[in-house]
Amino acid sequence: MSTTVEEMQQRSNAMTAAELAGGTESRATVGDVTVADPRMVCRDVDVWYGAKQAIKRVSLDIGKNEVVAMIGPSGCGKSTFLRCLNRMNDTIADCRVTGSIQLDGRDIYDRTLDPVSLRAQVGMVFQKPNPFPKSIYENVAYGPRIHGLTNRRAELDELVSTSLQKAGLWNEVKDRLEQPGTSLSGGQQQRLCIARTIAVSPEVILMDEPCSALDPIATAIIEELIDELRVSYSIAIVTHSMQQAARVSQRTAYFHLGDLIEVGETNQIFTNPRHKLTEDYITGRFG
Amino acid sequence: MNKSSTAGAPPRRTIEIVNASLKRRYARERRFRALGLTAVVLGVFFVVLLFADIIGKGHTAFQQTYVRLPVTFDAAVIDPSGTGDPEVLRQANYGALIRAALREAFPEVTERREIRALGAMISVGAPSHLRDQVLADRGLIGTTQEVWLLADDDIDMLVKGHIDRKLPESERRVNDQTLGWVERLESEGRVAKRFNTIFFTHGTSREPELAGIAGALAGSFYTLLLTLLFSFPIGVGAALYLEEFAPKNRWTDLIEVNINNLAAVPSIVFGLLGLAVFIGIFGVPRSTPLVAALVLTLMTLPTIIIASRAALKSVPPSIREAALGVGASPLQTQLHHVLPLAMPGMLTGSIIGMAQALGETAPLLMIGMIAFIVDIPSGFTSPSTVLPVQIFLWADSPERAFVERTSAAIMVLLAFLILMNLSAVLLRRRFERRW
Amino acid sequence: MHSSTLLVILLGLMGLAYHFGRRRAITTAGGVARINTLHSLPGYYGFYAALWAGIPAFLILGLWTGFQNEILMAIVTAELSPEAVAGTAPGLLVSSIKNLAAGVMASGGATAELQTAAERYVRLQQIAQWSLWVAVLSVALAGMAFAWIKTSPELRARNRVERIVMVILVIFSSIAILTTLGILLSVIFESVRFFQAISPLEFFFGTLWSPQTALRADQVGASGAFGAVPLFTGTLMVSAIAMLVAVPIGLMSAIYLSEYAPRRVRAYAKPTLEVLAGVPTVVYGFFAALTVAPMIRELGMSMGLNVASESALAAGLVMGIMIIPFVSSLSEDVINAVPQAMRDGSYALGATQSETIRRVIIPAALPGIIGGILLAVSRAIGETMIVVMAAGLAANLTANPLDSVTTVTVQIVTLLVGDQEFDSPKTMAAFALGLTLFLVTLALNVVALRIVRKYREQYE
Repeated sequence: MSTTVEEMQQRSNAMTAAELAGGTESRATVGDVTVADPRMVCRDVDVWYGAKQAIKRVSLDIGKNEVVAMIGPSGCGKSTFLRCLNRMNDTIADCRVTGSIQLDGRDIYDRTLDPVSLRAQVGMVFQKPNPFPKSIYENVAYGPRIHGLTNRRAELDELVSTSLQKAGLWNEVKDRLEQPGTSLSGGQQQRLCIARTIAVSPEVILMDEPCSALDPIATAIIEELIDELRVSYSIAIVTHSMQQAARVSQRTAYFHLGDLIEVGETNQIFTNPRHKLTEDYITGRFG
Repeated sequence: MNKSSTAGAPPRRTIEIVNASLKRRYARERRFRALGLTAVVLGVFFVVLLFADIIGKGHTAFQQTYVRLPVTFDAAVIDPSGTGDPEVLRQANYGALIRAALREAFPEVTERREIRALGAMISVGAPSHLRDQVLADRGLIGTTQEVWLLADDDIDMLVKGHIDRKLPESERRVNDQTLGWVERLESEGRVAKRFNTIFFTHGTSREPELAGIAGALAGSFYTLLLTLLFSFPIGVGAALYLEEFAPKNRWTDLIEVNINNLAAVPSIVFGLLGLAVFIGIFGVPRSTPLVAALVLTLMTLPTIIIASRAALKSVPPSIREAALGVGASPLQTQLHHVLPLAMPGMLTGSIIGMAQALGETAPLLMIGMIAFIVDIPSGFTSPSTVLPVQIFLWADSPERAFVERTSAAIMVLLAFLILMNLSAVLLRRRFERRW
Repeated sequence: MHSSTLLVILLGLMGLAYHFGRRRAITTAGGVARINTLHSLPGYYGFYAALWAGIPAFLILGLWTGFQNEILMAIVTAELSPEAVAGTAPGLLVSSIKNLAAGVMASGGATAELQTAAERYVRLQQIAQWSLWVAVLSVALAGMAFAWIKTSPELRARNRVERIVMVILVIFSSIAILTTLGILLSVIFESVRFFQAISPLEFFFGTLWSPQTALRADQVGASGAFGAVPLFTGTLMVSAIAMLVAVPIGLMSAIYLSEYAPRRVRAYAKPTLEVLAGVPTVVYGFFAALTVAPMIRELGMSMGLNVASESALAAGLVMGIMIIPFVSSLSEDVINAVPQAMRDGSYALGATQSETIRRVIIPAALPGIIGGILLAVSRAIGETMIVVMAAGLAANLTANPLDSVTTVTVQIVTLLVGDQEFDSPKTMAAFALGLTLFLVTLALNVVALRIVRKYREQYE
């Protein structure tokens, strides 16, 4: 039994590798990758894991006060691309990024720019809620504390409460801020992580499938929250759910095997895709 | 307006604060990192220091000082009646030959006390060496031969430079007169250091130059052999039962907890057990490899059981299902299919357990392995000591020469331990299997 | 006629039994061609016969050799006249008879009655040895014969053999419990007798420790003083010094190796540190006594301090070095068990690596680290050789680490090594100390293992 599963796994791995090897030539992106008022500008981004290329010449803008959704079949590189935007890929030993990614006109891979201050501006919410094993209060206060954003307890209290309010969690936890963050439900934990990110006042929030570990009700709450957060932040969200992309985003980017195939208004992508691969994916022929 | 300061405007403010604090934060980062590196470097330094200290103190023990003197095998002393009876040859006063040779080499020494001091330069073990030579070759009787005689430990230390010749006489173990004699012998080329075979072929002795580790090595060998014979089958059997057959109930839970706790019980407590139960109740003779092996078996069992269970766990269930599927009984499944696959892991665990047993000292002090035993043990029930206890005993001796020998014995012990651990690592690498 | 010869003969008999059992099974089946009428493979009939031949005989052999001398001695001493027994302790009587019998003691020093008793003891021993041979061999042969008769194609030999093997396995796995029981009984029995002589109050709270070596029971001051507080404080001080060395170095190197070190550095540094764990304690003791202690002494002298030649500091420092790999490998395990998601979450907020380690990873791993440290403490308390060789014997009640102190383990060793009498409070005191040591380390281990296990479950 186990051998067959293993073999299948191997075969599928071999296939992806072969396809990747065969398709080093990137495909041109359909649609306009630029926006009028960009916060982040990515041009010709390549990402390599060792000898394996995970992202091929991707260019994409993220505008102010908009939600960009990144969709595509699993293993298409959308999460990898997202992690480039705040240099979380730095933590992976043999990962190499080329091309240019700018935040407010500054190259984030520039040697003079520090990943610490970059990440203070570009926050991230992960697939699985990962609150620290601390109290709810301390979870939210963590970012402001390490960055030294405030020195006074009253200011910190204020910051924690506004962050929790913005994350829509305040009413549920205001009476038990001292309880551990892990005691919350999954959806609450994810909103705690969002509050934790907001507390540092970033400009961009990256979300890597933030609802994939949550039930539908918690998902709906988070989706609503994302829509509200758009007022103050730029948001890039990776999702495996096309409905979610359609509900929360203004623009959608479709990734396929490391290529950015098509970018456009969310409406247009879902109603009138221009690329064959996008259409196949939207209509559920694979994915 | 308050609202805009917390929601709208802060991005600028945040990044400024962050950037302003960066330098300080990175300084702290570097300090923390340096602290970690320091800890690792300190740890490695201790390893180096320990080994350098032992080797520095002990490497000279592998050589031994000998003095070359023309010895006249005087028939009047060895075999006055000329019978050639081996019993007579064995009983003869060979020390007199050495004294005569010394007097000849230093004719100016006449005073009685000085003559005795002269004789003290040669080891008390030298006469028996002459005897062995004569017994091996009768033709020596009546001739004069240049013979390399084993030097006393003080002379040995002096020649090796462990006794500082520049110190004032009162602070030196060797007085000026003897020093003069030694220097004269040295200038005549009569002093040499040769490989120290005694160290590897003799049992212990009160005289450092005659003390060797052969007895302790033999004792350790017998003890380990018995320990392995006891603990391997029991450990593997227990692991097999607990991992594969045991029902999940209170009794097996209790056994589990017990094994884990026994692994952390201080070794000296096992010594108390050995003294009270094995010697006190069952009357196992003390100071023997047998009783040492019984105690060490109980001590190494947890290690072997835990390692063996891990090895059994790593055998995939599909193997068991396959064997059971063709109609093998559960025991046959284990013996024919699971055990062979788990064997490398079990052996690795056992080697590590044996290495622990080889280095163990404290419990053996309780069961009489500390006795002073000169003879090399010949079996499982003959009185003996083991290498680490020998080290402990020598470390307690005041003579400078014993420091050297203790360090050398430690080097031998460590060499064995490194060999065992290395073979465990190699075994693990060789048979490492991924399912 | 040694018992080990008998052992070899017995093993040979078992081999024979295997052979005959197998042959017998094939014959009863009606030859090799009809082997499939047997219930089990012929080899199992062989094992069946071998076990019948071996197990009862082994049991007799074991019991006999275990109790022979006790029983014989009881017989011999029972026959002694009352006047010979009067005035001497029974233990002394027994040992002098034994010594006379073994020829260790010169016969001139003993009374004629003891002399005859010893002779009778030797004679009885010879008789017992012969009867042992006869008994064991006849039981083995009877077992063989029984198996021979029982063997038939219907005999479920495999099931029988497997059941016996299973029983043996159960016995093997119960040895762990027997060991614990043995430890408890051996220390409790003597401790109870000790506490009958010395009140526990004095033992646990007395501050004077001087277990006088009295040559005769009627000497003045023979009872000595058994206040163990100086031993406890000495043990604590040495362990505390050891932990002060081992915890910072062990923990920081675990952090460095698991979070910072490049792969190549790690590949060399980690095994090098683990070498420290494999070095026998007697080697550390030698290192402490002959290198570290003189070093500290000289250093202290140069600063004008009065340092004892055997100081708690030297023993504690070296013990700390010994425990470093213990702390570091346990800490590394728990640090590695902290999920990557925690690190990612912290980095994504812009924390530096050290901030992440200090504020997220260490707090998350804290229970596991504490469990590891508790295990290390129990190690330090129970460590013997280093303190025996470097800490000294003087039971000083002091807080000065440059002074010589003594520990529980050192006293156990000194009280029990060498000639000893089983009944003196001196010997029994060692067992009382052993009991204390066992209980304290047991408690530490149980708590530590529970904490570590809880911690593991949290992240599984």
